[in-house]
Order: sequence, then C-alpha cells, then structure tokens
Amino acid sequence: MIAELGAFALVLALCLAVIQAGLCGLGRWRRSVILVGAGEGAALASFVAVAIAFAALMTAFITSDFSLANVVANSHSEKPLLYRIAGTWGSHEGSMLLWCLALTGFGACVAGLASDLPRGLKTMVVMTQGLLGTVFLAYTAFASSPFVRLTDIPVEGRSLNPLLQDPALAVHPPFLYAGYVGLSVVFSFAVAALVEGRVDAAWARWVRPWTLAAWSFLTVGIMLGSFWAYYELGWGGWWFWDPVENASFMPWLIATALLHSAIVTEKRGALAAWTVFLALAAFTFSMLGAFLVRSGVLTSVHAFAVDPTRGVLLLGILGVTAGSGFALFAWRAPTLAPGGVFAPISRESALVLNNILLAAATMTVLLGTLYPLIREAFSGEAISVGPPYFNLTFVPLIGALMILLPAGPLLAWKRADAKGLLQRLTVAASLAIVLGILALALITPRKVMACVGLAMAAWLILGALTELATRIKVFQVPLAEAWRRLISLPRGSFGMTLAHLGLGVFVLGACFETGWKLEAAEALAIGGKLDVGAYHLVLADVKGVDGPNYDAERGRIIASKDGRQVCVPQPERRFYPAGGQTTSEVAICTLGLSHLYVVLGERRGTADQPVWLVRAYWNPWALLIFGGPVIMALGGVLSLSDRRLRLAVGRRAGTSA
Amino acid sequence: MRRWLAALAAVLCMAAAADPTERLTDPNQEARARALFAEIRCLVCQNESIDDSQADLAGDLRRLVRDEIAAGRTDTQVRAYLVSRYGEFVLLKPSMSWGNLALWGAPFAVVVFGICLMILHQRRRIGSSELSPEETARLAQLAKEDAR
Repeated sequence: MIAELGAFALVLALCLAVIQAGLCGLGRWRRSVILVGAGEGAALASFVAVAIAFAALMTAFITSDFSLANVVANSHSEKPLLYRIAGTWGSHEGSMLLWCLALTGFGACVAGLASDLPRGLKTMVVMTQGLLGTVFLAYTAFASSPFVRLTDIPVEGRSLNPLLQDPALAVHPPFLYAGYVGLSVVFSFAVAALVEGRVDAAWARWVRPWTLAAWSFLTVGIMLGSFWAYYELGWGGWWFWDPVENASFMPWLIATALLHSAIVTEKRGALAAWTVFLALAAFTFSMLGAFLVRSGVLTSVHAFAVDPTRGVLLLGILGVTAGSGFALFAWRAPTLAPGGVFAPISRESALVLNNILLAAATMTVLLGTLYPLIREAFSGEAISVGPPYFNLTFVPLIGALMILLPAGPLLAWKRADAKGLLQRLTVAASLAIVLGILALALITPRKVMACVGLAMAAWLILGALTELATRIKVFQVPLAEAWRRLISLPRGSFGMTLAHLGLGVFVLGACFETGWKLEAAEALAIGGKLDVGAYHLVLADVKGVDGPNYDAERGRIIASKDGRQVCVPQPERRFYPAGGQTTSEVAICTLGLSHLYVVLGERRGTADQPVWLVRAYWNPWALLIFGGPVIMALGGVLSLSDRRLRLAVGRRAGTSA
Repeated sequence: MRRWLAALAAVLCMAAAADPTERLTDPNQEARARALFAEIRCLVCQNESIDDSQADLAGDLRRLVRDEIAAGRTDTQVRAYLVSRYGEFVLLKPSMSWGNLALWGAPFAVVVFGICLMILHQRRRIGSSELSPEETARLAQLAKEDAR
C-alpha cells in the first residue's frame, strides 16, 4: 500500500511540476499575479508530493518490504537501521528520487522564500525549475521508478553493497546531490535573466547565495566521498582522478569560478555574459556528472548504481536541457549590456585570471575524463588517461592560480597600485619561501616538489591572514581599534578568508601526505613485527568476529613508538555471505594531525601456521586533507549567513534538500 | 549483475604492490619498479594502476615489469615493451603524440585564448575610461558599503 502511495505521489509531483511551469509561464505572459501565485503554490505542492514519495520509499526500506524490487536488490533485513535508511538512495532509482527531492525542494524555496526578488525574474526562475522538475520527474516516474512491485516475493533481500555500508557514504549522496541540484537554481536564474534580458548587479547578488549554498554542499560531499575512498578502498589513496570523482569535481570547479565572477558582476557590473554562461555550465556539469556516473560509459572504482540502457535517456535529458539553455544564451547574450572598464592591475583582472585558470582546469578534467571515449570513437584506438596526465596539466594550472590567489583580495577595484600590493605581500612571500627552503633542508628524504607545495600552502595561509590583517589595519592603528574593526567586519569577508585559508590547509596536508607517506607490508604470524617510520607494530592476535550481516577476522595490533605503546589498531577483513564479497575495514590511529593506517590482508600459510599480510602506512598530516575542505565549506556557510547576501534564503534551501 | 561485478572488481583490486613475496632485492630497482607501476594500468580493473591493484593480471604485470628491470632495461624500454604487448591503453600517461594533441594542448590553449581576450577587451575599451555620472554614484555607494 505504501508503495502505491509513493508511486501515486511521484506521478502527482510530475503533474504539479507541469502545472508549475505552465502557470508561471502563462502568468508571466498575461502579467497575472493570480496565475503566478498558483504556479508558485504548485511548486510547493510538487515538493510535498516528492517528499511523500521519498518517505514512502524510506519506509519500505526501514520495514524491509521485500515486495519492492528496489528494496530486494539493495537491502537486507539484518542490515543496521542507518544503512537501511541509506539504502533509500543507494540505488539508481532511489538516487534519482533524491535528486528530484532536492530539485523540487530548491524550487519550493525560491517560490516560498525569495520574496524580495523582482516579480518577473522570480516567476521565470520558478518556471524554469518547473521545467527541470518535469523532465527529471518524468524520467524517474516512467523510466526509473523505485516503486516497482515483484509478483514473486522473496523472503530476504540481496543486500546493499558492503563497500557502501559505511557512515561517511551514507551521508555522502545527500550532500553531493544538494550541491549538484543546488546549481539548478543558478541555472534557472541564468535562464530567467536571459529571458528577461537583464543581468545586473542585483541579479548577481541574488545568484550568489544559491551558488554559495550549492558550493558548500558540494565541497562537503566531495570531501566525504574522498574520505570514504581513503579508508574503505584500503590503500590510503584519497584522490584517484577517477571518472566519478572528476564528475563531481567539474561542477565544483565551475561553481568556484562562478562565485568569483559573480562578485565582479555584482560590484562592477562587468562580465555579465560570462557569469550567465558559467551559471548555465555549472548545472550542465552536474547533469553530465549524473550521466557519467549512472550510464556506465566510463569504468570507475566508484561506479555502483549503473544501468547503460537508461544512460541514453539521461544523455537525452542532458542534451535537451543544456542545449536549450545554451541556445537561449547564444540568442540573448549579445543583448546584455557590456560591463565596466578596468586596468590590467585591478581586482577585476585578478578575478578574470582566476576564471580563466579555473576554466582551463575544468577543461583538463573534462578532457581527461572524456578523451579516451572520443579517441576510441574516432580512431578505434583505446588509450588511458590517469593521474600522471592530471599531475602534468591540472596541477600547474592550479599552482598558477594559487600564486595569484593572495594578491586578489588585496587589489583595489578598477585600478590597483602594484607597488603597495608588493609591499603588503613581502612578509608572506618571504616567510613562505623561507619555510619551503627550511623544509627542503630539514626533512628527509628530500622531496623538491613537496617542499614547493609546502611553500605554496604557507603562501596561501599567510596570504589569507595578511588580507585579514590589512582589512583591520592591525599594525597601523591601536590594538583596541583593530579589534573593533575585526568584530565589525562583515561575515562575508570572514567567509572568504576562511575559504582561502582552508585551501591552504588542504594543500599543506596534500603535500605532506603525498611527499612523505611511508609504506610497509609483511606477511606476519601471530607475534610478527613490522616497522613503518618511527612506529613498531606487533600482530598480537587475530580473532573471528560475528557481525550483523558479515563474518570477520579482526586483528589486534600493538603500535608503539620508542618502546611506548601509542595505540591498538584493530583492522578487520570481512566476508559478506549475502553478496559473497570480501572487504577490508582498515584501522586508522589519529596521532596529532597524522594517520597510522593499518590493513589486515589475506590469510596465507598453512592451517596450523597461518600468516596474514599486514600493510601499514604512515600518512603524515593526512587529517588536513579532509580538514581543509571542511574549513572551506565553513567559509561558504559563514558567507551565507551574511545579512548582505539575504542569507536566510540560501540557508533554508540547504536544510530542506 | 554488472553492478555486482563492478563492486567485486573493486574489492579484488586492492593495493598489493607492496606484497613482500614480490619485491626485488635491490632497493633502487624496487623504487624504479614502484614508480613505473603507478603509470601502468591494470587492464582488467576499474581504472586502477597495477601499483594499487590486487587482481591476478596486475600481479602478472608487476612480475613482468620487475623482471624487465632486473634484466637491466631502462624505464623507456619497459614502457615500449608494454605498449607493444598491450597497446597504448596500458599507459596511464597518454603519449605526447599528434593523436593526443587536443588532450595535452587544449587546457593551455584555453589559458592563452582567455588572456588574449582579456587584453583585447581592455585595449578596445581603454578610450572610454572616464566615469559616467552613474558610475560615480555607484562608486560612492560601494565605497560606503565597503567601509561598513
């Protein structure tokens, strides 16, 4: 019964989305407040309907209703509650429903909360959200409904993939989808602006909070996915330039570029067409990401919910949606007013350079992801594009961006003073260089690139602090006055400082971890010893453990440093009989900012003299790799709470998604 | 079914290059082998290098590379040998050939194009750089906002 309710609510939501788009379009054309109001009401109702469908599916998962094909394929009655709930979005069908929930949720937020938008603009935004909702709801309802019943009801489900049975991954899709789909609002704003023929400072100011909210969600979502890969895939890597990672990274890069270009449009009225273009591109990349992940055209370590036949449909949706958006752009963009003038050394120029480099970086990721497909289609030759390619193209581009970054916020609009800029940044630059040289001299083994990276991280962090110090004039006015300036700074400016600081923290962790990570592996019998860096590991014992839906061997390893015990990692090797899979649960000891990462591998040797392959990694400062993005997202949220950005709108958009 | 296979492959493909039974005795040669592993694709895995993968084929490839290095071949010779056996697909770093021109060139072309566009834009509009009355007003407003 509950499934029929869900299926009904889903189709109802689709009808309401059609009504939403139709009434808003008609209302705008006939200038009728009543029609527009009804359209906005339909937007709210559509969200409620999808929420009911989603709740119905979740209920089916919680109660293990195995009459639903989707529940059978993705759940198991012995699974812990959290993972039964997470199973709701663990499959293709469920994740599309989550996508629709976020999409209609954001649409409802614009309809219900953004009361200070100009009427015409708002109507067009709600209409575009309605059109997007129609497309995606139709796809979900007709091509990928999670509410399909089975005639032959099995007694037990086929379980969720055990690799996905993990807290970080349980919350990873909601964050990622809130980010992906948050960009749909930005897309709608761009379409609305093109239809209305007006892109001005006010428009940019309305777009920014939505972009910020989506960007913050996306940052956390990508970080969670990376963290999951770090401890679940079992070899301590955290970024593989894998197609699925790239698919989530491209919208993030474009959203980052958009955040910066929208500032120029807001403050100076310049770059209007470019900002609109980025707004369209951001959601296009989100959809491309969904297509790449779901269609299975690319092979990936993360590909779980794959169905090639639906890929064609998703590609069609991508083509129609993005195609009409960009066609509208090509038609209407020339009518947009050109922006203000600026000198080569000015904040505008810095932000334009930021955009050029981010666009080029996105191009790198896009080509690296799709080029093997393109090349194979044209010449039939199969090639691979892996991490070495990205290290040679993406890294230098982002490196150039990072060199410029601390200068940007210190530059004045229109025409800046190069000499003053150099003076302000001398301290940060020299300190960063000294730190880099010190690292090169003191840390063994000697790694030149990692030291360059460390200097870069120091440059970013010190640059962000310099910017803050300059703003509050800390060395020019008495301390009390500086303090007063500090607490009266707008939150948006703190947000920027935090985001830039977070990037520096991330680079610091990434360079340290990549440059000086240590690895050791040995086949150990009970009592066997293994050294990794300064740490001495002893395999104390290995016991069998009965989990809720798996059997495991759990190793107890005593880790000590200089004869003193520091921690007892207990890695597991699990076997899930329901799916016939084996996984390793790594044990991570957090020591300061660093991780001691221990994996229990396969059992070898004879039955009475068993040995286990134990691998251990020392990942120095690995915590910063994940802490950096969290700081960046906090910066985004802080900016969102700035009154100047009408933050209430963006914030509530987040919680409902 | 395909989904389960993908998941299974992901589970099977877990870092194994450090396996003690496979290692070369000469640490320099071993380090070279490890560096090469990171550039070579595990052909049956989901987009992984043979350094990370535990699949049988990755193990065979590692043994092959280690044997070649132990026999005194250079890195370039080992790569060429692998390409002759498995095609360019085996390299995670695509060759800098004409066929890959767009791949290697496009990102930098975007930068050059963008900067040219920016310079052109500035050249063209440099004549009209006086402030209009609206701009003066907006400047005053912005200055007020920034001071806040």
